[in-house]
Amino acid sequence: MRSNTQLLAQVTEFIGYEADLLDHKGYQEWLSLWTEEGLYIVPADLKATDYLNTLNLALDDADMRRMRVARLENGESVSALSVGDTVRMMSRVRILEAGDEVVIARCAMTLNELRHGKLVSYPANVEYILRRVGDGFRMEQKVVKLLHADGFLRTVSFIF
Amino acid sequence: MTIRRTRPLANEENKNMSALIELQNISLKAAELVEEGRVHKSLYSDPAIFEEELDLVFNNTWVFVGHESEVPEAGSFKTAYIGRQPVILSRDRKMNLHVLQNRCRHRGATVCEARKGKTKAFTCPYHGWGYGLDGSLRALPKPEEYAGVFDTSEMPLESLRVETYQGMVFATFKNDIEPLEDFLGAARKWIDLFMKQGGGYPVKVLGEHRFNFPGNWKIQLENTTDAYHFPIVHKSFVTSLDEATADIFDFLDGEGFVEDLGNGHSAMVMIPQLVDLEADLDQPIPPRFEALAQELRDEGRPEDEVRKLVRAAHGTGFNLNLFPNVSCSMAFFRVLRPVSVGETEIQHVALGGEGAPAPFNRKRMRLHEHFQGPMGFGTPDDGEAWERVQKGSMAGTDGWILVNRGMNNLHDSADGNVAGAVCSETGMRGAYRQYKKLMAAGQEK
Repeated sequence: MRSNTQLLAQVTEFIGYEADLLDHKGYQEWLSLWTEEGLYIVPADLKATDYLNTLNLALDDADMRRMRVARLENGESVSALSVGDTVRMMSRVRILEAGDEVVIARCAMTLNELRHGKLVSYPANVEYILRRVGDGFRMEQKVVKLLHADGFLRTVSFIF
Repeated sequence: MTIRRTRPLANEENKNMSALIELQNISLKAAELVEEGRVHKSLYSDPAIFEEELDLVFNNTWVFVGHESEVPEAGSFKTAYIGRQPVILSRDRKMNLHVLQNRCRHRGATVCEARKGKTKAFTCPYHGWGYGLDGSLRALPKPEEYAGVFDTSEMPLESLRVETYQGMVFATFKNDIEPLEDFLGAARKWIDLFMKQGGGYPVKVLGEHRFNFPGNWKIQLENTTDAYHFPIVHKSFVTSLDEATADIFDFLDGEGFVEDLGNGHSAMVMIPQLVDLEADLDQPIPPRFEALAQELRDEGRPEDEVRKLVRAAHGTGFNLNLFPNVSCSMAFFRVLRPVSVGETEIQHVALGGEGAPAPFNRKRMRLHEHFQGPMGFGTPDDGEAWERVQKGSMAGTDGWILVNRGMNNLHDSADGNVAGAVCSETGMRGAYRQYKKLMAAGQEK
């Protein structure tokens, strides 16, 4: 296996940056990490591939992302107000495809949430389609495949 | 002495009179804790009452187990629960529906763990007993040891009574209660209206969201007939809507109402202009649905079909609460399952049209994702409120939950039922009346 360590380092840095923004509620900056057509997807069915024609837990285009962030920030949502902190660990980053315009990567995530004094853990595979823009990337698609997407989840008032 | 329990006691050897009387008193106590207009807070947290509810409510009435579109073909099945009991909804080769206890007759293992699928048989993983889609025991390894012990025809998966209405499948353990259609009664009219949201196509399950909350099942039962909370709890959802849609959801001062349909069922009409989705098809297309309308026109759909589909895409303007476990809630089925006295699992089942245009079903799924499920803009706030109810109801040794809103402002509905204002607690009172009836009947057994 030949690996492009420079690209891997760039992608890992981007994923770590995005994770840090979300854990520290830097939502406005997070919004700027997307292409206008980008889709943030949390599938309910882990076997699904045609997300648009499947029911997901979330499938956010740019409008829905803006509204989701507004909901978390505007103080009107009782569940968003009572959300504690999240700490997510991103690792096992692997480049699946390295094109001139688009890079596809996959990694493991464990997100821990403290809510009403209780620790809840969300293990997931996360898949990124990253478009090269200038020296960096913009997200064209992010798919968060929760290990227990199929089960009965607690309600979520943060962004995976 | 005529005391008889439908549920065997944990230890048959100790089935003495004092244990029986104690259980009898619990159901009596629960019934007495429901008054017209208030219920005692211990109904949310007393584990002994919860155990009685499983028996006297869930094992004792019609319980929703699924929609026919979830088992569309011969061999289709899905697993479900009635209270705490696992069951399988299956369709046999002759297309008949069955609801079977998911328990091997040999040593009790579940014979099916998949959520849904297609199969020719249910085979127990423990000793290989194989059952047909109708529950009959078809084959077992080394049957000769049972020669003279029993005949395989005596050992099918236990089958429940099953009846359907408008594709909704209900089952019950009771052979002596009224037919489903009688139990639904005045609710049938509302189910008929609800099923118009396929837009001219049969209603079909498109998928479901699943979540749980740390609270009692009755908190969720109340919520589906509670319009009062909507502008408070769902303010952030309403803010996320365009102005015209936000106006539609500003319904507390409108002409809506809550109608008590009997047997614990109720209809809460929030948006009267969306009660009949096949009426008023000449209304202008709202901005929220303009893109969908254009997509449908681009597919070559005639304008009358476009209008019918767009109006159906809204979902209905009412919640129909069916006691004890399902609601036809605007555009989806809400199904609850009691797990323990302080934990409830909920499914939000998304609906569309069988064979309907793909843009229509896509829009229905996007609208469902917007509000429903663990990541919607509505459900997490509901969940937070319910969790607070469970937690707060523990304060004090005595206390009551009020469901008396609008009690002195009732009128007769068009169908001659008792009705109150849209934000009245008329539906909750109806549900608790049925609850009280079932729990009180427990002591007579």
